[in-house]
Amino acid sequence: MAVAENETLQDVIYPKEVGMPLLHKAIFLVLLSFLIVLPFMVYPVFAMKVMCFALFAAAFNLLLGFGGLLSFGHAAYFGGASYVAAHAAKVWGFTPELSVLAGTLSATVLGLVIGSLSIRRQGIYFAMVTLAFAQMVYFFALQAEFTGGEDGIQSVPRGDLFGVIPLQGNIALYFFVLVITFGGILCLYRIVHSPFGQVLKAIRDNEPRAISLGYQVNRYKLMVFTLSAGFAGLAGATKAQVFQLASLTDVHWSMSGEVVLMTLLGGMGTIFGPLVGAAMIVTMQNYLATFGAWVTIIQGVIFVLGVLLFREGVVGLLSRLLKRRL
Amino acid sequence: MGQLLLGLINGSFYAVLSLGLAVIFGLLNIINFSHGAQYMMGAFVAWMLLNYLGIGYWPALILAPLIVGATGIALEKLALSRLYKLDHLYGLLLTFGIALIIQGLFRNYYGISGLPYQIPDLLSGGQNLGFMFLPNYRAWIVVASVIVCFGTWFMIEKTRLGAYLRAATENPALVGAFGINVPRMITLTYGFGVALAGLAGVLAAPIYAVNPNMGADLIIVVFAVVVIGGMGSIMGAIVTGYGLGLIEGLTRVFYPEGSAVVIFVIMAIVLLIKPEGLFGRTA
Repeated sequence: MAVAENETLQDVIYPKEVGMPLLHKAIFLVLLSFLIVLPFMVYPVFAMKVMCFALFAAAFNLLLGFGGLLSFGHAAYFGGASYVAAHAAKVWGFTPELSVLAGTLSATVLGLVIGSLSIRRQGIYFAMVTLAFAQMVYFFALQAEFTGGEDGIQSVPRGDLFGVIPLQGNIALYFFVLVITFGGILCLYRIVHSPFGQVLKAIRDNEPRAISLGYQVNRYKLMVFTLSAGFAGLAGATKAQVFQLASLTDVHWSMSGEVVLMTLLGGMGTIFGPLVGAAMIVTMQNYLATFGAWVTIIQGVIFVLGVLLFREGVVGLLSRLLKRRL
Repeated sequence: MGQLLLGLINGSFYAVLSLGLAVIFGLLNIINFSHGAQYMMGAFVAWMLLNYLGIGYWPALILAPLIVGATGIALEKLALSRLYKLDHLYGLLLTFGIALIIQGLFRNYYGISGLPYQIPDLLSGGQNLGFMFLPNYRAWIVVASVIVCFGTWFMIEKTRLGAYLRAATENPALVGAFGINVPRMITLTYGFGVALAGLAGVLAAPIYAVNPNMGADLIIVVFAVVVIGGMGSIMGAIVTGYGLGLIEGLTRVFYPEGSAVVIFVIMAIVLLIKPEGLFGRTA
């Protein structure tokens, strides 16, 4: 499932540097400085939504782009974590950082359980199995007591960070979200470029060969699945803080489809692709929100065209044109 | 008893839909994510034939699957056929996009409230069997689905055409070398699988409200059915479909809260014990 050819080629042309390449450092710095001024230019809640989805897509990309595993059920971790975080903040009275942590942990455990079952099948079956389990989580969220059924968990308090710093204001919350999402994305970057990440890519590109080299492939797959679910949960839990809401939308299969779309559009297997894809899709939804069902149709069209004509995605294309890994 | 019948009817839909998925998967090696949307289309086409053209249930039972099948053929020719050389997951993503488009279009023009479709006169009413009341139409669904499933099984396993099909599943290049037009066969197979979905849609139209979301949630359950059965055999898909429908019905009797998830739980158990599926070949 990968755009492996040009990647290996580029690795030959541009041998690996030690640590983060200068280009990536520069991009991350520019991005960070842009994000610091952003809330003073656009509506902070919109910016926070983009950042949450960027982290979600980046977590998903860890699994798809670097692990070669297409999960069609990532809404389960994203939405599941947002329910747990919302419940923790509202009913248990947790502080924001603790409720986000609770959400993340629950998504990680959920990912561990579902992942250990799902990795028993490969390829298309894997996609179907993850989708089916996510649907099970959806039904659970629909029926369980604490999730509030159709209403979801509403008016979740934003609380005080560490019990002292109030996060009720949008700007204060924005920087809380910025630290979490940016930190999460840097963590994902580190994972991809660690020895673990290299083994993952080897498994993605040639699984039998990785097995013959002595790697316990299933253990790696389960680890990447769990990590990806955990970071997706981090994104979902943060989103619950931002919107003060956890609802069925976040666990619905269309959410799983959306994150696939973001990753595909931005460029799977690239570092910055999911961020670009998430920004594009969220912006589109924002401006087309008044058109109702047209959003679904347009997303479908982007899906079809993306698969047929534009499989490398925006950043994938840039990366090829600039001959740099992005 | 009534719940068991309901289970059997759900099972009929599971069987016909997973059969269509299995037929398509056998030759194309893709999972047709738009299957649910095409099932919904079948119901809508029947509704449109009645309301715009005055064509009743019985002609629609033939016409609607043909129309839906034709759109499937167009889809295969225009889009899917370009993806066969790529990873099969792209086929899944493409059909997912198609499903979004179809659902979005119908939701846009017909809303989500659901449109009524009359049960045909011949099948209205019901029989009192003494221990329960059996609506004729529900009995008809079961009978019709058994006929369709058996017919498809017979065609694939017992006829010459089916033999070509099975051969092409095993080794398309070799079958092509014998002078059989494999690409056309693939196109027609996709059309046939989609037509099966359309037929299920027409069958469903009178008992479920015709609405744009009717296929979306159903298809995920059917995916689980397919994972449980494995897509190796036609008969496997049929048997698992009916069996799981019945189990779901039974669960609704004894533990109603669990009926929505019982199939997924069974899927988890099957994955633990026999990951390749009950009737599956190891892939």
